Amino acid sequence: MSENNWNEIIGGFIAIGGSLFLVLGSIGLVRMPDAYNRIQAGTKASTLGTILSLTGIIFIVPDWFGKLLLLILFVLITNPVSSHVLARAAYYTKVPLTGITKVDKLKETLEVEESRKAHLKKVRIQKEEE
Amino acid sequence: MANTLIFIAISITLLSLLISLYRFIAGPEKANRIIAFDVMSVSTIALIAFISVLNKRIIYLDVALIYGILGFIGVLIIARYIEKGL
Repeated sequence: MSENNWNEIIGGFIAIGGSLFLVLGSIGLVRMPDAYNRIQAGTKASTLGTILSLTGIIFIVPDWFGKLLLLILFVLITNPVSSHVLARAAYYTKVPLTGITKVDKLKETLEVEESRKAHLKKVRIQKEEE
Repeated sequence: MANTLIFIAISITLLSLLISLYRFIAGPEKANRIIAFDVMSVSTIALIAFISVLNKRIIYLDVALIYGILGFIGVLIIARYIEKGL
Protein backbone atom coordinates (compact mmCIF):
# COMPACT_ATOMS: atom_id res chain seq x y z
CA MET A 1 0.00 0.00 0.00
CA SER A 2 2.80 2.42 0.88
CA GLU A 3 4.49 1.82 -2.48
CA ASN A 4 1.25 2.74 -4.21
CA ASN A 5 1.14 5.93 -2.17
CA TRP A 6 4.66 6.89 -3.25
CA ASN A 7 3.67 6.35 -6.89
CA GLU A 8 0.76 8.73 -6.44
CA ILE A 9 2.96 11.43 -4.90
CA ILE A 10 5.59 11.15 -7.63
CA GLY A 11 2.89 11.29 -10.30
CA GLY A 12 1.30 14.32 -8.70
CA PHE A 13 4.60 16.22 -8.69
CA ILE A 14 5.23 15.30 -12.34
CA ALA A 15 1.75 16.57 -13.21
CA ILE A 16 2.41 19.84 -11.37
CA GLY A 17 5.67 20.20 -13.33
CA GLY A 18 3.73 19.74 -16.56
CA SER A 19 1.21 22.39 -15.65
CA LEU A 20 4.10 24.75 -14.76
CA PHE A 21 5.37 24.23 -18.32
CA LEU A 22 1.88 25.14 -19.58
CA VAL A 23 2.04 28.39 -17.60
CA LEU A 24 5.52 29.15 -18.98
CA GLY A 25 4.22 28.61 -22.53
CA SER A 26 1.32 30.99 -22.07
CA ILE A 27 3.60 33.62 -20.48
CA GLY A 28 5.78 33.31 -23.58
CA LEU A 29 2.64 33.74 -25.67
CA VAL A 30 1.98 37.08 -23.98
CA ARG A 31 5.55 38.43 -23.82
CA MET A 32 7.07 37.49 -27.19
CA PRO A 33 7.21 40.34 -29.72
CA ASP A 34 6.22 38.53 -32.89
CA ALA A 35 3.71 35.98 -34.22
CA TYR A 36 6.49 33.53 -35.14
CA ASN A 37 8.17 33.77 -31.74
CA ARG A 38 4.77 33.22 -30.16
CA ILE A 39 4.29 30.04 -32.21
CA GLN A 40 7.72 28.85 -31.06
CA ALA A 41 7.14 29.57 -27.37
CA GLY A 42 3.52 28.50 -27.19
CA THR A 43 3.37 25.24 -29.06
CA LYS A 44 6.67 23.76 -27.85
CA ALA A 45 6.05 24.48 -24.18
CA SER A 46 2.44 23.32 -24.36
CA THR A 47 3.45 20.04 -26.03
CA LEU A 48 5.97 19.29 -23.27
CA GLY A 49 3.56 20.39 -20.55
CA THR A 50 0.71 18.21 -21.78
CA ILE A 51 2.97 15.18 -22.19
CA LEU A 52 4.39 15.62 -18.68
CA SER A 53 0.90 15.97 -17.18
CA LEU A 54 -0.34 12.81 -18.90
CA THR A 55 2.81 10.96 -17.76
CA GLY A 56 2.08 12.00 -14.18
CA ILE A 57 -1.45 10.61 -14.53
CA ILE A 58 0.08 7.31 -15.74
CA PHE A 59 2.01 7.17 -12.42
CA ILE A 60 -1.15 7.91 -10.43
CA VAL A 61 -3.52 5.49 -12.21
CA PRO A 62 -1.44 2.75 -13.93
CA ASP A 63 -4.60 1.00 -15.22
CA TRP A 64 -5.22 3.78 -17.75
CA PHE A 65 -1.83 3.31 -19.43
CA GLY A 66 -3.20 2.46 -22.91
CA LYS A 67 -5.55 5.36 -23.35
CA LEU A 68 -3.08 7.87 -21.89
CA LEU A 69 -0.36 6.58 -24.24
CA LEU A 70 -2.79 7.11 -27.13
CA LEU A 71 -3.36 10.71 -25.99
CA ILE A 72 0.40 11.32 -25.64
CA LEU A 73 1.07 10.01 -29.15
CA PHE A 74 -1.81 12.11 -30.50
CA VAL A 75 -0.43 15.32 -28.96
CA LEU A 76 3.10 14.44 -30.06
CA ILE A 77 2.03 13.97 -33.69
CA THR A 78 -0.58 16.69 -34.22
CA ASN A 79 0.94 19.65 -32.37
CA PRO A 80 3.98 20.16 -34.67
CA VAL A 81 1.70 19.81 -37.69
CA SER A 82 -0.64 22.54 -36.51
CA SER A 83 2.22 24.86 -35.55
CA HIS A 84 3.80 24.37 -38.99
CA VAL A 85 0.51 25.16 -40.74
CA LEU A 86 0.07 28.25 -38.56
CA ALA A 87 3.58 29.53 -39.31
CA ARG A 88 3.05 28.94 -43.04
CA ALA A 89 -0.28 30.78 -43.04
CA ALA A 90 1.21 33.66 -41.05
CA TYR A 91 4.17 34.02 -43.43
CA TYR A 92 2.17 33.90 -46.64
CA THR A 93 -0.39 36.42 -45.38
CA LYS A 94 2.58 38.73 -44.67
CA VAL A 95 2.26 39.04 -40.90
CA PRO A 96 5.14 41.42 -40.09
CA LEU A 97 8.34 40.18 -38.44
CA THR A 98 9.86 42.14 -35.54
CA GLY A 99 12.23 44.97 -36.29
CA ILE A 100 15.20 43.13 -34.78
CA THR A 101 15.00 40.17 -37.17
CA LYS A 102 18.33 39.66 -38.90
CA VAL A 103 17.99 36.54 -41.09
CA ASP A 104 15.01 35.69 -43.32
CA LYS A 105 16.09 32.72 -45.43
CA LEU A 106 12.60 32.01 -46.82
CA LYS A 107 12.44 35.50 -48.33
CA GLU A 108 15.72 34.94 -50.21
CA THR A 109 14.54 31.53 -51.42
CA LEU A 110 11.25 32.97 -52.65
CA GLU A 111 13.08 35.77 -54.49
CA VAL A 112 15.37 33.28 -56.25
CA GLU A 113 12.35 31.17 -57.20
CA GLU A 114 10.53 34.23 -58.53
CA SER A 115 13.45 35.35 -60.70
CA ARG A 116 13.88 31.81 -62.07
CA LYS A 117 10.20 31.65 -63.00
CA ALA A 118 10.39 35.04 -64.74
CA HIS A 119 13.46 33.89 -66.68
CA LEU A 120 11.72 30.68 -67.83
CA LYS A 121 8.69 32.67 -68.95
CA LYS A 122 10.91 35.01 -70.99
CA VAL A 123 12.67 32.06 -72.67
CA ARG A 124 9.32 30.48 -73.56
CA ILE A 125 8.01 33.70 -75.11
CA GLN A 126 11.17 34.03 -77.19
CA LYS A 127 10.77 30.45 -78.48
CA GLU A 128 7.16 31.08 -79.46
CA GLU A 129 8.15 34.19 -81.39
CA GLU A 130 10.70 32.21 -83.34
CA MET B 1 -2.63 13.29 -1.09
CA ALA B 2 -2.77 12.64 -4.79
CA ASN B 3 -6.08 14.50 -5.00
CA THR B 4 -4.49 17.59 -3.43
CA LEU B 5 -1.60 17.54 -5.89
CA ILE B 6 -4.01 17.09 -8.81
CA PHE B 7 -6.08 19.99 -7.50
CA ILE B 8 -2.97 22.22 -7.44
CA ALA B 9 -2.15 21.13 -10.99
CA ILE B 10 -5.71 21.94 -12.12
CA SER B 11 -5.47 25.46 -10.69
CA ILE B 12 -2.09 26.07 -12.35
CA THR B 13 -3.50 24.87 -15.70
CA LEU B 14 -6.50 27.17 -15.31
CA LEU B 15 -4.08 30.05 -14.67
CA SER B 16 -2.27 29.23 -17.92
CA LEU B 17 -5.59 29.15 -19.80
CA LEU B 18 -6.42 32.58 -18.37
CA ILE B 19 -3.04 34.03 -19.43
CA SER B 20 -3.36 32.73 -22.98
CA LEU B 21 -6.93 34.05 -23.12
CA TYR B 22 -5.37 37.53 -22.91
CA ARG B 23 -3.50 36.89 -26.18
CA PHE B 24 -6.69 35.43 -27.69
CA ILE B 25 -8.58 38.65 -26.98
CA ALA B 26 -5.84 41.21 -27.60
CA GLY B 27 -3.94 39.58 -30.48
CA PRO B 28 -3.31 42.16 -33.19
CA GLU B 29 -3.94 39.86 -36.16
CA LYS B 30 -6.01 36.81 -36.97
CA ALA B 31 -2.85 34.66 -36.82
CA ASN B 32 -2.11 35.55 -33.17
CA ARG B 33 -5.65 34.63 -32.15
CA ILE B 34 -5.38 31.20 -33.75
CA ILE B 35 -2.00 30.58 -32.08
CA ALA B 36 -3.62 31.33 -28.72
CA PHE B 37 -6.54 29.04 -29.60
CA ASP B 38 -4.14 26.21 -30.45
CA VAL B 39 -2.28 26.56 -27.15
CA MET B 40 -5.56 26.71 -25.23
CA SER B 41 -6.97 23.62 -26.89
CA VAL B 42 -3.82 21.61 -26.13
CA SER B 43 -3.86 22.77 -22.49
CA THR B 44 -7.50 21.77 -22.22
CA ILE B 45 -6.56 18.15 -23.02
CA ALA B 46 -4.39 18.13 -19.88
CA LEU B 47 -7.18 19.81 -17.89
CA ILE B 48 -9.78 17.20 -18.89
CA ALA B 49 -7.32 14.41 -18.03
CA PHE B 50 -6.81 15.92 -14.54
CA ILE B 51 -10.58 16.11 -14.04
CA SER B 52 -10.91 12.47 -15.08
CA VAL B 53 -8.43 11.52 -12.33
CA LEU B 54 -10.39 13.53 -9.75
CA ASN B 55 -13.70 11.88 -10.71
CA LYS B 56 -12.08 8.43 -11.36
CA ARG B 57 -13.85 8.04 -14.72
CA ILE B 58 -11.88 6.74 -17.70
CA ILE B 59 -14.60 7.86 -20.13
CA TYR B 60 -13.42 11.48 -19.74
CA LEU B 61 -10.18 10.54 -21.50
CA ASP B 62 -12.26 9.75 -24.60
CA VAL B 63 -13.76 13.21 -24.29
CA ALA B 64 -10.24 14.66 -24.15
CA LEU B 65 -9.22 12.72 -27.28
CA ILE B 66 -12.26 13.90 -29.27
CA TYR B 67 -11.70 17.47 -28.04
CA GLY B 68 -8.10 17.29 -29.23
CA ILE B 69 -9.10 15.96 -32.66
CA LEU B 70 -11.74 18.67 -33.11
CA GLY B 71 -9.32 21.42 -32.00
CA PHE B 72 -6.64 20.15 -34.39
CA ILE B 73 -9.04 20.04 -37.34
CA GLY B 74 -10.35 23.49 -36.45
CA VAL B 75 -6.85 24.98 -36.35
CA LEU B 76 -5.96 23.37 -39.70
CA ILE B 77 -9.14 24.63 -41.39
CA ILE B 78 -8.85 28.17 -40.06
CA ALA B 79 -5.15 28.36 -41.03
CA ARG B 80 -5.93 27.24 -44.60
CA TYR B 81 -8.79 29.75 -44.68
CA ILE B 82 -6.48 32.60 -43.69
CA GLU B 83 -3.89 31.52 -46.24
CA LYS B 84 -5.97 31.15 -49.40
CA GLY B 85 -9.68 31.36 -48.60
CA LEU B 86 -12.13 28.53 -48.37
